[in-house]
Amino acid sequence: MQNNRFKAFITAVFLTVFTFGFAASDKEASSEDKPFDTKELIFHHIKDSHGFHVAGDVSVPLPVILWTDNGLVTFMSSAFHHDIEGEVIVERKGLKFVNVHEKIYQLDSGASTVSFDAESHPTNASRPLDLSITKNVFSMLLSMVVIFLIFLTAARSYRKSTDNVPTGIGKFLEPIIVFIRDEVAIPNIGEHKYHKYMPFLLTLFFFIWINNIFGLIPFFPFSSNLSGNIAFTATLAVFTFIITLFSSKKYYWKHMLWMPGLPIPMKLFLAPIEIIGMFVKPIALLIRLFANITAGHVIVLSLISLIFILNTEWAALVSVPFTVFISVIEVLVVAIQAYIFTMLSALYFGQALEAEHDH
Amino acid sequence: MSLALVQAAAEAVDYGAFAAIGAGLAAIGGGIGVGKIGGAAMEAMARQPEMQGKLQGSAIVLIAFIEAVALFGVVVSFLAT
Amino acid sequence: MDLVTPEWGLIIWTSLAFLILLFVLGKFAWKPILKAVNDREDSIKNALSEAENARKEMQDLQADNERILKEARAERESMLKEARELKDKIVSDAKEQAGLEADKMIKQAQATIESEKKAAVADIKSQVADLSVDIAEKVIKEQLANKDKQLKLVKDMLGDIKLN
Repeated sequence: MQNNRFKAFITAVFLTVFTFGFAASDKEASSEDKPFDTKELIFHHIKDSHGFHVAGDVSVPLPVILWTDNGLVTFMSSAFHHDIEGEVIVERKGLKFVNVHEKIYQLDSGASTVSFDAESHPTNASRPLDLSITKNVFSMLLSMVVIFLIFLTAARSYRKSTDNVPTGIGKFLEPIIVFIRDEVAIPNIGEHKYHKYMPFLLTLFFFIWINNIFGLIPFFPFSSNLSGNIAFTATLAVFTFIITLFSSKKYYWKHMLWMPGLPIPMKLFLAPIEIIGMFVKPIALLIRLFANITAGHVIVLSLISLIFILNTEWAALVSVPFTVFISVIEVLVVAIQAYIFTMLSALYFGQALEAEHDH
Repeated sequence: MSLALVQAAAEAVDYGAFAAIGAGLAAIGGGIGVGKIGGAAMEAMARQPEMQGKLQGSAIVLIAFIEAVALFGVVVSFLAT
Repeated sequence: MDLVTPEWGLIIWTSLAFLILLFVLGKFAWKPILKAVNDREDSIKNALSEAENARKEMQDLQADNERILKEARAERESMLKEARELKDKIVSDAKEQAGLEADKMIKQAQATIESEKKAAVADIKSQVADLSVDIAEKVIKEQLANKDKQLKLVKDMLGDIKLN
């Protein structure tokens, strides 16, 4: 069992290296004359996109869902024919849409082509509410399916067993669940109140972790940079923030706004700092996850790009082992980041729940 | 005339390079912080091997805090580009 | 800048996905799993405490056994001692009794012997007396068969008396 998992892991690492190299080599082939643009390659990867690039010229179109003044507009992203410069105009329900760097713009009425300002922002187009199934959303839905499969199977294995001993995947997951309970929830939130927060913490941990792992797997249905997207991390941090506020007790606010045991000028000085701190905590939370995962993707891609920057295959001798090394570290980092996010969420809940008698 | 020079210089400046320097400086700070935590944690573990689990856990959490500072630098450099 | 601007679309999708996950997993995964884990831990705890109790009981039992054994041993010891004492007493009593009886028997025997002896002696005496009388009679008869002899005897006797 252990050995198989290890083998699978090693295979995943090698596939990482192999497919990144593959994707990058495609890039070079398609832009023979232009100098290799690392930044463009990397940013193309770590940003969201309509349509999922598989390999070479193969890419999976994804549905574009827009909420416009004329109601819901849906079409497949293949309608843009891979154009991201805003040249292909798609007309639906009397509205014209263009794709400018993976952002859908709706042309103002009367305009027939997009015009750009100096910073290449469209001047005669606006963005409708974009609810498209983008690469990241697709990846998230996939992760949801996988999470449901894993955990409902695990729960069923518990229900089936007569003596509450799980089989299969449940056996693998139980130590992690117990770890979250014993090392994250109980020490931070407290013996008596942790029950209420367990579903949130567990869902948070596994949602982040599995999406992080999906980001590490470098081929088609995975490989999107979802947990390295600030919208994703911000949403989760906002959930943590809202729950913190809802579970906060009088003691928490008293200590924040009017710290007892200090002279009045000090209290006046501390209150704004504490209020800023209250908002900084979730912001730090979201930036930590976002930057860590994005940085991981950037490093791996940069190392692979080294081969094309130096324009010699000998660079692979250096960059491939380094990529393997970083990928192995990333496997650790994604788990730690999921743990940290969960841990700090639990810590904030614990702080909010603190009551007078705890001191 | 000097004003014109400054303006010209400002136009010629590549903010990306400055952002990279900023991110690098933030990384130095984070590196020092993480190094100190790591060193102290190792020392503590060597002194009290039976506390290893607890020390490792808190060291990881502290490193995450420090790392966040360096990552703020990275994010600011993203903002600048 | 693009990179750090969250997109509304993804925010909405993430919220939706997370809430669905939270709800469904909370209801169908976390609740049964955590319950099962807790139940198992409780049962393990119970089993452990039960084992501890059993161990204690066992220890008590063992102590009891030891005590009973000790008591039994002491009892046996005391019984043996008693028996020995009894035996000694019986033996000594018997000895004493036997001595007394023997003495009594000896005395009786002695008394019997004495009386027998006395009787015998008396018998002998009477027999001797009879015999002597018989003899004397016979002798006297013989001696006094003729006149001469009777006279001689009287003379002798008178002579004896004279001597006295």
